[in-house]
Amino acid sequence: MKLTTIFGTIATVAAIAFPAAAKDHTLLNVSYDPTRELYVEYNKVFTKYWKDKTGDTVIVQQSHGGAGKQARAVIDGLEADVVTLALAYDIDAIAERTGRIPANWQSRLPNNSAPYTSTIVFLVRKGNPKGIKDWDDLVKPGVSVITPNPKTSGGARWNFLAAWAYAKKQYGSDEKAKEFVTKLYKNVPVLDSGARGSTITFVQRGIGDVFLSWENEAFLALNELGAGKFEIVVPSLSILAEPPVTVVDKTAKKKGNLEVAQAYLEHLYSSEAQRIIAKHYYRPFKPEDADPADLKRFPKLELVTVDEEFGGWQKAQKTHFADGGTFDQIYKP
Amino acid sequence: MMRIKKRSVIPGFGLSVGFALTYLSVIILLPLAATFIKTADLSWTQFWSAVTSDRVLASYKVTFGASLAAALFNMPCGLMLAWVLVRYDFVGRRVVDALVDLPFALPTAVAGISLTSLYSTNGLFGKLLEPIGIKVAYTPIGIWVALTFIGLPFVVRTVQPVLQELEPEIEEASATLGASRLQTIRRVVLPGLMPSVLTGFTLAFARAIGEYGSVVFISGNMPMRTEITPLLIITKLEQYEYAEATALAVVMLVISFALLLFIQIVQGRLQRRLGT
Repeated sequence: MKLTTIFGTIATVAAIAFPAAAKDHTLLNVSYDPTRELYVEYNKVFTKYWKDKTGDTVIVQQSHGGAGKQARAVIDGLEADVVTLALAYDIDAIAERTGRIPANWQSRLPNNSAPYTSTIVFLVRKGNPKGIKDWDDLVKPGVSVITPNPKTSGGARWNFLAAWAYAKKQYGSDEKAKEFVTKLYKNVPVLDSGARGSTITFVQRGIGDVFLSWENEAFLALNELGAGKFEIVVPSLSILAEPPVTVVDKTAKKKGNLEVAQAYLEHLYSSEAQRIIAKHYYRPFKPEDADPADLKRFPKLELVTVDEEFGGWQKAQKTHFADGGTFDQIYKP
Repeated sequence: MMRIKKRSVIPGFGLSVGFALTYLSVIILLPLAATFIKTADLSWTQFWSAVTSDRVLASYKVTFGASLAAALFNMPCGLMLAWVLVRYDFVGRRVVDALVDLPFALPTAVAGISLTSLYSTNGLFGKLLEPIGIKVAYTPIGIWVALTFIGLPFVVRTVQPVLQELEPEIEEASATLGASRLQTIRRVVLPGLMPSVLTGFTLAFARAIGEYGSVVFISGNMPMRTEITPLLIITKLEQYEYAEATALAVVMLVISFALLLFIQIVQGRLQRRLGT
């Protein structure tokens, strides 16, 4: 496990560099890819908050990668104090396989343990040459859609479910929804294994007319990857993505970090953290704390949740993404 | 292989064989054994359905087919490259020689991404190939390109030392004895080189079967068409189906081992027949 080695080394170096002034904490936050910038800023804020409150020093180390890979690293022994991942399903997997997180973890913090939410939107090329407005335009012949493989990418599962939810609402049944999604995936020329790979395919290689993307990633792509080359299109309906956070109790306890780890996550709900969250294009749980100018960037649209629409992640995973599920059936010859 | 062919002047047969076997066990056999044990979590029917579903069968075809094609292509090309490097002296020979090793050193993901940028429809080569109807990136041809790239050094580096041993005088002798150029190549040069070419082929082939990093970027990963088996293993892991993932690994191991063994036997026959 390469990551473990890296963090082992970092931890050792840190241990040597900061010898045991009794109340120094080193937290390891294992997260997924697009939260990088958010946590860089939040960690600074939290370190200061904790120092002011208790006088203790906290160093927060970050690990980012595909959510599934990150969850597996924790299962295989990466000593995360907190995990902040893309899907509840991945945290469930850690809880189930290691017993380091209690089964009821999701009820421990407000809003299903999601201090921020996001959704899936469309990124199109400048001027929107194919005139894409809503999900229906994605199944038209000649429109090419870029999305990663839902089997290997957490984000891609949100995309799939968002399309399904739209079609079900629009056409009335799961049967019709399946037909719709099948048609949509016939328009997908490449299934990258992760969200970052898909971004490269769309932005760098110039393949595809529409890129299904996390809202926060779409904003990042607008600002950083290709200024003035893309536009965001917001569909009439999408899915409410709730990336959850939780303390890995047993690991944090063992490292003597339980208290600070809990505070680290609780502070995400504070007004200063909610402000930072909105700044980094995540939808804050408490919009009243965010800068109104930041909030204006989020368009209003109808959002459905996985719990209401699909009966929770466990069920959604089984019906749609497990072997023989609806996604596999799309590619049945 | 374990028979001692001749009494060696250096003593210590027992010790060295003991060491070799222990080393082999710790480094290779133990991890492999762990793989086999992990699959024991599955019943036979589960195992069978995991390794013979349509998508998996399609992926074997892609993986073994593209690997074979790449290794076969590398055989003559690698031989030629080795020949040029050994027999001719030209400006920049050392640079070319060093270049051959690059696919060894380059992180495979880097190779995959650069090849994809070159061969995708807006890339340098892709742009030229598209008008004549050839698509490379995101097709099986792309997989073949990536596997050819990573396999080349294996052939060159195994043939090179043998070629260095093969003295040009032998070719001259063959010529003075009245052999035509074609005869010299066919009867004198190639037989001496064949075993090493075959070894290079085997190594390139084996490496290609297991390759993941460079392929996933250029293949496009479309189910039934361009999905390689190692990608399906990762897919299973993403779904926390550890046992099914190892089941696929076991099948790949068994097929690869059978193929390698077969080639080894063919090579032994060949060597005996040629009397080298």
